[in-house]
Amino acid sequence: MTQLTPMLPGPEPMSLRGSPRRRRKERSVHVVLLSAALISILISVGIVYSLVGNAIDFLQKIDLSQLWTTGYFPRRGLFDLKTLFIGSLLITGVALVVAGPIGLGAAIYLSEYASPRMRRICKPILEVLAGIPSVVIGFFALTWIAPNIVQRIFSQSGTFSLAAAGIGVGILIIPIIASVAEDAMRAVPLALREASYGLGARKITTSVRVVLPAAVSGIVAAFILGISRAIGETLVVALAAGGSGGSVFTTDITGPGQTVTAAIASLSFGSDQPAGDDAAFQSLYFLGIILFIFTLLLNLAGDVFVRRTRQHY
Amino acid sequence: MNQLTEQTLVTVTLPESSPERSGDAANRADDDSVFSLRGVNVHYGSFHAVRDITMEIPRRQITALIGPSGCGKSTLLRCFNRMNDLITTAKVSGSVIYNGENLYDSYVDAVEVRRRIGMVFQKPNPFPKSIYDNIAFGPKVNGIKGNMDDLVEQALRDAALWDEVKDKLKQNAYGLSGGQQQRMCIARAIAVQPDVILMDEPCSALDPIASARIEDLMTELKAQYTIVIVTHNMQQAARVSDRTAFFTVEVDEARSSRTGILVEFDTAQRIFTNPSDSRTEAYITGRFG
Repeated sequence: MTQLTPMLPGPEPMSLRGSPRRRRKERSVHVVLLSAALISILISVGIVYSLVGNAIDFLQKIDLSQLWTTGYFPRRGLFDLKTLFIGSLLITGVALVVAGPIGLGAAIYLSEYASPRMRRICKPILEVLAGIPSVVIGFFALTWIAPNIVQRIFSQSGTFSLAAAGIGVGILIIPIIASVAEDAMRAVPLALREASYGLGARKITTSVRVVLPAAVSGIVAAFILGISRAIGETLVVALAAGGSGGSVFTTDITGPGQTVTAAIASLSFGSDQPAGDDAAFQSLYFLGIILFIFTLLLNLAGDVFVRRTRQHY
Repeated sequence: MNQLTEQTLVTVTLPESSPERSGDAANRADDDSVFSLRGVNVHYGSFHAVRDITMEIPRRQITALIGPSGCGKSTLLRCFNRMNDLITTAKVSGSVIYNGENLYDSYVDAVEVRRRIGMVFQKPNPFPKSIYDNIAFGPKVNGIKGNMDDLVEQALRDAALWDEVKDKLKQNAYGLSGGQQQRMCIARAIAVQPDVILMDEPCSALDPIASARIEDLMTELKAQYTIVIVTHNMQQAARVSDRTAFFTVEVDEARSSRTGILVEFDTAQRIFTNPSDSRTEAYITGRFG
């Protein structure tokens, strides 16, 4: 109490320089974090580099006419691209037919109709669905969807079909579409709903003609995420669509077929010994790079659309 | 307190025509009222927001609800078109009789109610659509027949907005200024040809010039519509309203609850020059609230 300022405990005057150890530590933290960021970039660049290199090797090894033939049988030198791309598109189409209405319907229900209590119950269940491993869905598609749904509708359908796989993929992307679309709709201000109700609109009119258009950019984003996932989905298709080893060109969803990703998977699976045939093995890189460009374009297009239609309220 | 002279009480200037106007209003009110509220109570869960309101809203006049924040005037306004239904915890008891029918009877469809009793909100809330689509929305969802272009034009003319927007009907309504947006919201409400227009602090987000235009508009609209307005602005209430209801908050310290009650409801003339309740007087002279 008597001797105030001079005896205050505290750092010595020279402490303005700070502790050199701490400053070294600070710098090293910076370096560690920077290298973490650099490593992830390096990995991406490395993947693209190896894809491109091997894809070019592959293109030099084959005759370009081999890319447009009757089907995809890599070990026989038939690398028909349209078989795989049409297969991917068919799967995505079937998946969207299943997941579009269900996902969007669930989103509208959760955002506009459900009581807070109901939402608290439903949302986690939906997220559980998103957490089911795709191999489980694939097995389910093969053993249940194929006999109980696909074969009931299309009696000519066999054990394996693009339709069964597509439905499986659809189930997989329902939670993505529902959850992202619901977030977008919930972000629409209450004031717009009040404006609509105040004009004598019913709930369904308000949901469909006010909330949905106001949330369109987020809903498109939800669908693009779903489509990206559907195109990239491998295991469900590999299990339920058949076509291991190859597939002739088909547009028939009741029959077996092959997609870009499932083709990569089936050739890479142990039994096929991919290293045995160089061209077949390297075709996978070529498919990989095409898939990469395709999803990149899709995401870019989605991004442009989302930005152009984003509403400012 | 009540003996205070008029001069000390007048904190606002009334329009010159107001004496005859409000005199008529007082006489007509009971014969020709659009709404009769009988013992209306509103609860949000266990919170008693508004207690025991009984009042008559006269036809084709402007009724202003004034009072300090939290006195339940907006809550009460939302009983007039069942907007409180949107809040799941809100419970309204008592009766809100509109042209002889209780809006809270079980057979009443809230959507039909809102189609006849339009609403303009505190913050302009245009849809993120074109001006044209904003106005056309109500007529379309209500299946109103007729030439939509004419309907849109008429609504915009009635809202004194046509000349400003006639060349940009296809542009997004968010391009308008705040005051224009609010007049567009009024036009949008008019477009469904309602009987009553409720306005919940329609000028609170606007500058004084834009507010003045809305006030002029209200005075024009009352030839055709019954208007009920909630406002924080006493000068505004004094300028535009024929009848004014003063609400206040009753604080129950023991249960720490705040409940809105109606203190006094009379012609604007009387409320602003010679109120009969000391709480009204204290409020309008700026001593509280």
